[in-house]
Amino acid sequence: MSTRRQSIDLVLGPLTGLVMLLAIFMVFVYVPSDRVQGIIQRIFYFHVPLALMTFAAFGLVAVASALFLWRGSRTWDRLAHSSAEVGMLFCTLVLVTGPIWARPVWGTWWTWDARLTTTLILWLIYAAYLMMRSVSGPGDQGARYAAVLGIVGAVDIPIINRSVYWWRTIHPAVLITREGGSGLSDPRMQATFGVCFLAFLLVFLWLLLVRNDSARLRDAVEELRQQALMQASS
Amino acid sequence: MLALIRKDLQIEFRTKETLASLLLLGVLTLLVLSFAFDPTSELRVEAAPGALWVAVIFAGVLGLNRSFLAERENECLQGLLLCPVDRGTIYLAKAIGNFVFMMTAQLVIVPIFIFFFNLPVSAAFGGVVLSLLLGILGFAGIGTLFAAISVRTRAREVMLPLLLLPLVVPIFIAGVKVTGLMLAGKPFSAAAPWLNLMVGFDVIFLVVGWLVFEYAVEE
Repeated sequence: MSTRRQSIDLVLGPLTGLVMLLAIFMVFVYVPSDRVQGIIQRIFYFHVPLALMTFAAFGLVAVASALFLWRGSRTWDRLAHSSAEVGMLFCTLVLVTGPIWARPVWGTWWTWDARLTTTLILWLIYAAYLMMRSVSGPGDQGARYAAVLGIVGAVDIPIINRSVYWWRTIHPAVLITREGGSGLSDPRMQATFGVCFLAFLLVFLWLLLVRNDSARLRDAVEELRQQALMQASS
Repeated sequence: MLALIRKDLQIEFRTKETLASLLLLGVLTLLVLSFAFDPTSELRVEAAPGALWVAVIFAGVLGLNRSFLAERENECLQGLLLCPVDRGTIYLAKAIGNFVFMMTAQLVIVPIFIFFFNLPVSAAFGGVVLSLLLGILGFAGIGTLFAAISVRTRAREVMLPLLLLPLVVPIFIAGVKVTGLMLAGKPFSAAAPWLNLMVGFDVIFLVVGWLVFEYAVEE
C-alpha cells in the first residue's frame, strides 16, 4: 500500500512536473505563432488536450459506474468519483480557455455551436453528479445513485450533441470555423501539441491516482471507525 | 402492472393534489412568460413554443417530485418493493402513471397556451400534440428514475431539477422545434427528424430506466 503511494509521489509526480515544464517552455518559447490568429492560437495547446482529457475522464466515470453496479466493489466507485472530480476540473478549464481564445478570433465570447453547448451541458450534468455525491448519505446507496447518473449521463451525451447540432444547423450559423481550419502545418507545432497532450495526460493520471488514493484512505478510516464503534458498544 | 398503475391513478383521483399543483404551476409559468414579451410584438409568436415547453418541463418536475413523496410516507415504497413483481415493472408502472398525470395537465395547459398567445387553432396542433405525447413520455421515463433517486437524498426538491434539466435538453429542443415548425404552418415532414429524435430518446431511456431502476430503489 505504501509502495503504491510512494511510486505516485516519487515517480509520477516529478515526471508530470518535468513534462509540464517542457510543455510550457514549448508553448511560450519554442513554437512559432500562428500566421493568421497570432499569439492567441497558443492557448490551443492547452485547450485541446484538456478537452480530450475531459472526455476521457467522463468516459471513465461511465465505465467505472457500470462496473460498480455489476460487481458492487467499492474500488470502481472510488474510481468513478475521483474521475468525475478530475474531469470536472478539466471541463471547467476547457470552458475558461475556450472563450479566451474565441473572443479575439470569433469576435465573441460564446456561440451556441454544437460543441460548445454540449460541453456546457456536460459540465452541468457532472456538477449535478458531484452535488448528488455530497447530498446522498455515505455508503453504498449514494454510490449506486451516482453510478446510475454516471451511466445515464454518458448515454445521453450523444443524443444531446445530436440535438444541439441540428438546432444550430437549421438556424443560420453565426460563425463556424473550427481550430482545425488553421491546421498544425508546422512540425514544431505538431511536436508542441504532442508534448502538451502527454503533459495533460500525466496531470490527469497523477490527479486521478492521488484523488483515488485519498478516497481509499477515507474508506479505510471509515471502516476502522465502524469497527471501533462496534467494539465500544459490545 | 395494471394494478400498480391503477393504484397511483386512484390515489390521485381521490385527492387531485398532484394534478392541481401541476396545472396551476403550468398556467402560472405561461402567465409569467407572457409578461416577458410585449403583447403587441411579433416576437410573441416566435417565443410561444418555448413558453409552452418551459411550462411543461417546470410543471413536470413538480409532479415527478411528488410522485415518490407519497411512497415515502408510511414506508409505502417498502411495501411496493415487497410485491412479487420485477423492479422494472414497478418502474414502468410509475413512469406510465407520471405520463398520464402530465398529459392530463396538458388538456388544460394547451388551451390556455392558445388563449394567452392568441394562436390560430388549426390542424397543425395535431403535430404539437404528437410532440407533447412523445416528449412527455421520454421526460416521464427519465424523470421517474431520478425522482426515485432524489427523493432519498437530502435537499430532494432541489436535486431533481438539477439532475433532470441537463439530461432532458434533447426533449426540450426537439419539442420547441416541432411546436415552432407546426405553428409556422410548415409541412409535417419538416418536423419528422425531431420526432424521430424524440422516439429514440424515449426508447433508450425507458430501456435504461427499466434496467437500472433496481439500483435506484434498493436499500
